[in-house]
Amino acid sequence: MLKIDNVTMKFGGVIAANKFNANIKKGQIVGLIGPNGAGKTTIFNVVTGVYKPTEGRVIFNAGDKEHIISGKRPDEIAKLGICRTFQNIRLFKDMSVLDNVFVANHLRIKSNVFSSILRTPGYRKEEKEMLEKSLYLLDRVGLLKERNEKANSLPYGKQRRLEIARALATDPKLLLLDEPAAGMNPQESSELMEFILNIKDEFDLTVFLIEHHMDVVMGICEEIFVLDHGELIAQGDPEAIQNNQRVIEAYLGVE
Amino acid sequence: MTDRLKVERKRILDTNTLILLGVLLAVVLIINFLANDYVKTIANLCGIYVTLGLSMQLINGFTGLFSLGHAGFMAIGAYTVALLTITPENKAMNFFLEPIVPFLENVQWSLLPALLMGGIIAAIFGFLIGAPVLRLTDDYLAIATLGFAEIIRVIFTNTQSLTNGALGLKAIPKYSSILWSWIVAFITILFMIFLMEGSYGKAFKSIKEDEIAARSMGINLFKHKVMSFTFSSFLAGIAGGLMAIHLGTIDPNMFRITLTFNIILIMVLGGIGNINGTVISAVVVTAAMEILRFLDSSINLGFIKIPGIPGMRMVIFSIILMLVVIIRKDRLLKEN
Repeated sequence: MLKIDNVTMKFGGVIAANKFNANIKKGQIVGLIGPNGAGKTTIFNVVTGVYKPTEGRVIFNAGDKEHIISGKRPDEIAKLGICRTFQNIRLFKDMSVLDNVFVANHLRIKSNVFSSILRTPGYRKEEKEMLEKSLYLLDRVGLLKERNEKANSLPYGKQRRLEIARALATDPKLLLLDEPAAGMNPQESSELMEFILNIKDEFDLTVFLIEHHMDVVMGICEEIFVLDHGELIAQGDPEAIQNNQRVIEAYLGVE
Repeated sequence: MTDRLKVERKRILDTNTLILLGVLLAVVLIINFLANDYVKTIANLCGIYVTLGLSMQLINGFTGLFSLGHAGFMAIGAYTVALLTITPENKAMNFFLEPIVPFLENVQWSLLPALLMGGIIAAIFGFLIGAPVLRLTDDYLAIATLGFAEIIRVIFTNTQSLTNGALGLKAIPKYSSILWSWIVAFITILFMIFLMEGSYGKAFKSIKEDEIAARSMGINLFKHKVMSFTFSSFLAGIAGGLMAIHLGTIDPNMFRITLTFNIILIMVLGGIGNINGTVISAVVVTAAMEILRFLDSSINLGFIKIPGIPGMRMVIFSIILMLVVIIRKDRLLKEN
């Protein structure tokens, strides 16, 4: 579904990612781990079009045909079916919780701006569907009661859930989660794991996630990529990763 | 689907807006039929500034693009309306240095199509300069749009056979009724409310809130920015046209940065992203600018005589603007 092919990302002299390769199959939950500054978010930014890779390409296939997405704009990539959440939450702070999710439906709108102003029957029907979907997603993440509050008035954990709901509203096929369990206690992260498994089945998703909570990564990921200083140092199922000498060295340091 | 997930019917026009519109309508009608010419002139200007304030609000307050090009778009609208409505005889009188370009010589349109054309031409300019300029970020965008407004002014000063240069245009037919300004103002208010309640308006807001998140959610930044900029230019062009028929005479020096500054003042006092507030502040600021005119002339307090300082009232407004920005800390510019 997603093929990251020999991607190198340089910022001036700094190599944030070096010849990174990954192949993610439909329906998988794949983890990307590594110490701070290893280049994990850089990979996400390359996949979602925020950065154009210095070398290499990213190929996305949602089942119709292959799209080379490296070099495309983020909004084009989102339309193809890749959506993400952000490590440092990026909600539309002054908008209501409902509007945050509602506006993420906008990319698939068919009515033009004039029918939205005149509120033609066609637009009203579309808007109703968008609102229904938004409410359903808010209910799904447990934020239905807070729908009319401003996004930045929510506590941290709920803001994270709102980001996931907003990403789901774009109808993604591949969902990228950047540290979804950051700041959560063990109880909350085990709920999150369950939640990710549920939405994966319900919305027929493929999930690619960055996470520091090892219990989350080891608990739900089928395959894990380990980055250190921009290099891929290991790849495999959770058990292989846990016993990999280079991974242990990267995390704990070498004697 | 369960009951609690039903979409609530929401009213686009809330109670406050309806009250505001009702009060304005009543006041405008009373003024139109009962008040003297001086009050009518002020009311007329108020209507024009409501349109201008909302057009500024659309691009700056809602979409978060700090544009300073309003005076330029108003100039385009004003000259279009003037050239299309002045009678052929008066045109010959205006253009005594150089004759007017032949294709405008015998043109005389009625007001409504001329106004629309003023808006459309301003919108076309907005669309054309939006394409390169809207790729810039905040501060650069402000400089580029400011530059655009100045360029328009300089061009209009130097195209003698098209705009009559620095001499300006006189004898623009005056449509004295204040209803024109206010019909446009009411339509603009409704346009803004319906636009901002819809999906596209919310996309504009999301761009203001966080560009990176907005484009990651599939919103085409460039398309929506150009759209907002074009609408805003259209409204500014119409307001410029109304200004031309209100004053009866225009010249390029009217459309300086101070004009844009007045509109920004209205927007900031009204509250960034607040439609009702902008309408009220447009009316209050415009009326106050006329009422405070005595500050510009010399004041005799009996024991002390203050000499007249032209521009004194603008000092008052500048101080108010500074205080509002300091106290309210409204987000005039985008964060991050």
